[in-house]
Amino acid sequence: MAEISLRNLTIEFGDFKAVDDVSLTVKNGEFVVYLGPSGCGKTTTLRCIAGLVGATSGDVLFDGVRVNDLSASERNIAMVFQFVSLYPHLRIKENIVFPLKARGVAKAEIARKLDWVTEVFKLGDDLGRYPAALPPGARQKVALARAVIRDPAVLLLDEPLSAIDEQFREEMRWELGHLQRQLGVTTIYVTHDQREAMSLADRIVLMNNSRIVQVSVPDRMFFDPVDIFAGQFIGSPSMNLIDLEPVSGGLKLGGSDVTLTPERERLPQWALSSARPLKLGVRPINVHLVDDPQAGVALPVDDVFSVGRERFFSFRIGDTIHQGVDKRRSNSGSEGRVHFDPDGFLFFDAQTGRRVGAEDAA
Amino acid sequence: MASSQTTTTEDRAAGHARRQAELRKRSSGRLMIFGFLSPSLAILLFMVAYPIFSLIYYSFYNFSALRQTTMKPVGLSNYTFLLSDPELWQRFVFTGKFVFICVTLQMLIGIFVGYQLQKNFRGRDIIFTLLMMPMMLSPVVVGFLWRYMLNSEWGIVNYLLSSVGLPKVDWLGQTNAALWAAAAADTWMWTPFIVLLATAAFRGIPETIYEAAEVDGASPAYRFFRITLPMSAPVLFIALILRLIDSFKQYDLFVALTGGGPGSSTETVSYAVAKTAFSYFYTGEASALAVILLLIITGLSMILVRHLTKMGEKY
Repeated sequence: MAEISLRNLTIEFGDFKAVDDVSLTVKNGEFVVYLGPSGCGKTTTLRCIAGLVGATSGDVLFDGVRVNDLSASERNIAMVFQFVSLYPHLRIKENIVFPLKARGVAKAEIARKLDWVTEVFKLGDDLGRYPAALPPGARQKVALARAVIRDPAVLLLDEPLSAIDEQFREEMRWELGHLQRQLGVTTIYVTHDQREAMSLADRIVLMNNSRIVQVSVPDRMFFDPVDIFAGQFIGSPSMNLIDLEPVSGGLKLGGSDVTLTPERERLPQWALSSARPLKLGVRPINVHLVDDPQAGVALPVDDVFSVGRERFFSFRIGDTIHQGVDKRRSNSGSEGRVHFDPDGFLFFDAQTGRRVGAEDAA
Repeated sequence: MASSQTTTTEDRAAGHARRQAELRKRSSGRLMIFGFLSPSLAILLFMVAYPIFSLIYYSFYNFSALRQTTMKPVGLSNYTFLLSDPELWQRFVFTGKFVFICVTLQMLIGIFVGYQLQKNFRGRDIIFTLLMMPMMLSPVVVGFLWRYMLNSEWGIVNYLLSSVGLPKVDWLGQTNAALWAAAAADTWMWTPFIVLLATAAFRGIPETIYEAAEVDGASPAYRFFRITLPMSAPVLFIALILRLIDSFKQYDLFVALTGGGPGSSTETVSYAVAKTAFSYFYTGEASALAVILLLIITGLSMILVRHLTKMGEKY
């Protein structure tokens, strides 16, 4: 186990900056998830920590010791890859003990460790099989067993669940979280799936365009996005983003003739008097279609659709379509009014995309 | 009631007609398959099956192709004669030595060079094209080429040796030197084949496997012996068996290079078959020897085929 630090890490491939000035410290035993869209640099960062990709500038430190010049095999890291990386010519048992044998660990020690991981991962039935005989989910379990068998300084996971069936993925995700807490091993996990990030992470590192956008605990990531990208990337369905135009008596929703008022929508004073143009971010769970003809505002409803138990609706402001939760009683027949819940309001600077609050407006 | 019965009868009739049509279609399909197969089947029967059967047949007769009238059945005596002939055993020993040297050299050099060539680099395609060239030559041409190079008086090999002050060697005049000379020629010609297969096999191993091994703490040597070699073993094994079979029946190279000499000391088993059949015209005896050779090569081929089937099951 170790504390992993990145100091001003930059990685370039030719003219392309894959990772741009990233700094972060992962505490001993912490579970950190790198989250972001494809090509944002999260996997490259992980591979650099592993030693499979070299840093163009900046440092990688394990427990304060610079490891830039150590090869992957010298760093005592363990890694699980996105696609199957088991050795196809070796039986499961041989796959699992490979890292120990490669390092020349004594036979008795190997046997003891093997017993332990077999127990932890319940692999008893599969030890004599070849990887090809196992379903993808079970293979990743073996890859995980192979990773943890030798007490690595850090466990690196590169989208380990993305090639697994939906159903088994849930199970594996739960097991993985459980296992990490049990072993207490420092873990860095890369994914583009926000649900995985939200459910597993102690802290989420959100990346976009080769840079870190935000680092925070999962809850804050949802409630306190630092900018429009963070707000829209986290949460499903995605956050609605609406242009605001200051008019007398409130803020007009851009492209419509509907105005939000300080009274009904409890708009904060600073937002009304803001010198810079603002955008309103409001998540679908905070936009309700209600029966009460006095509540909310009138906006054209586009469509109503059910996702499991919940009913969503889409509505138009100008040309853009937004989403909310349909809270009308079924069969009420009313067209409904759109009610914006001010508790869920997030204001962003329309130019920079940064989140703004009362303190910024001054 | 009555109407429902009619329907069932009609249904049954319709079903029957359908089945008939299907049967007709299926049998016409079979006929079609046979039609397409028959030309190649006929050629195969005529070119392979018929000669093999006559070969086996002749091997039980005292018979010379020059005198067709006197064909005397002799049972197994062709075989017993051959197997008790010390000269034949000597040919087997020589062939064995040749096969062993050739295959060992070709596999070792082929795997080494193949490993160096698996990475992408500039000029890789040109190197591969050049490597293919010896393989495209006829063994007889290769034999003559090496014969001239190894000529004790004016060959380039001895010229180079003497230019650095080493004594000239009578390469093709001594049994052991001739064995190594032939092995060198065969290796020169066929190592590229191993290189080609080995490179293909090595390049077929996914990059993540190597990355996983590196992360797992495996040194480059450990990776080569525990990952690269075993993962390409199926292909390398096929290459090995093919080379075994091919060098075991080597004949034309020796005709051109040594002519079987000095004496008959560099005659392979195949060489002996050809000589018995077409120099001495002991057709019965040659047939028996050919049958023995056939059995050995069939044995090797069976290992190959069984291995290929097993490979399909495992991966």
